[in-house]
Amino acid sequence: MKITVSGKEKEYSEGITIKQLIEAENVENPLYVTVTLNDEFIQSSEIETAVIKDGDSIEFLYFMGGGC
Amino acid sequence: MAFTNEQLERYSRHIILKDVGVKGQKKLLEGKVLIIGAGGLGAPAAMYLAAAGVGTIGIADADNVDLSNLQRQVIHTTPDIGKPKVESAKETMQAINPDVNVITYKEFIYSSNIMDIIRDYDFVLDGTDNFPAKFLINDACVMAKIPFCHAGIIRFEGQLMTWVPESDVPCYRCVFKEPPPKDAVPTCRQAGVIGAMAGIIGCLQAMEAIKYLTGAGELLTGKLLIYDALTNDFRKAKIPKDRNCGVCSDNPSITKLIDYEQAACELKK
Repeated sequence: MKITVSGKEKEYSEGITIKQLIEAENVENPLYVTVTLNDEFIQSSEIETAVIKDGDSIEFLYFMGGGC
Repeated sequence: MAFTNEQLERYSRHIILKDVGVKGQKKLLEGKVLIIGAGGLGAPAAMYLAAAGVGTIGIADADNVDLSNLQRQVIHTTPDIGKPKVESAKETMQAINPDVNVITYKEFIYSSNIMDIIRDYDFVLDGTDNFPAKFLINDACVMAKIPFCHAGIIRFEGQLMTWVPESDVPCYRCVFKEPPPKDAVPTCRQAGVIGAMAGIIGCLQAMEAIKYLTGAGELLTGKLLIYDALTNDFRKAKIPKDRNCGVCSDNPSITKLIDYEQAACELKK
């Protein structure tokens, strides 16, 4: 299936969960990343269970603390 | 307020713009913007806002200029090393444009002083380098209903988002519930940052302030702008409003400002 990950179209197999996608995408500091699925927040309790469907769009929003 | 001939010439490239004009320039001259942090983000923002003729610019920072700052903090120069950053910043801003009234706050922000500092401003720029300050600025601006622009930079990446006091606009805490534990997420001191990144993102913050004051265009609300310099990607990720947000929802659980434990570049040396 085709999904959009942080703005880029990617091919993943059906049934993948958000947690599996986080692993596959090598997301840095996964405990501290905010995830949206089709522009809605995914709660941390849903990360293991939420299944991604064809055409879904996922964003990983990272903490950026610098400014100095 | 009538423009002097010198002002008409100084601001001529603004005045000729359909979306600014004499009216917009007057709004800039009457505008009050507070920049918290006179560092990488604050430096270019302060310089462009001063050049733009924003009439009152507040700048808050307790640090002194350090040699390691100069790779990106372009408002300070080598002879400024050791000088309070707010003083060095003020000198540069007033040299760029004597029209501007620069107000300095040589202090870090805490729950005890932030409300007094932000109160008189139309728009706040977060140019701080640590999460306790970023959450404090968000919460204080939301509580005081003062629009602000968040930004963060690290390595070759930057992010930006604007908040205004309107019911559908998400705040920083809608995206990130609370600061990460100390040392869980690297700071730019630990991970590094390209100096030009501070320039790009700081200038985008200045642009948000200018658009807010003049009313030109659209603000970056409800979106997180993410810039990846390595791939040249500028993207806007849509940010929903968290109806259960601790600070900006209808029934906030956070009603007092919080001083989180500091985990920042400030704690160097």
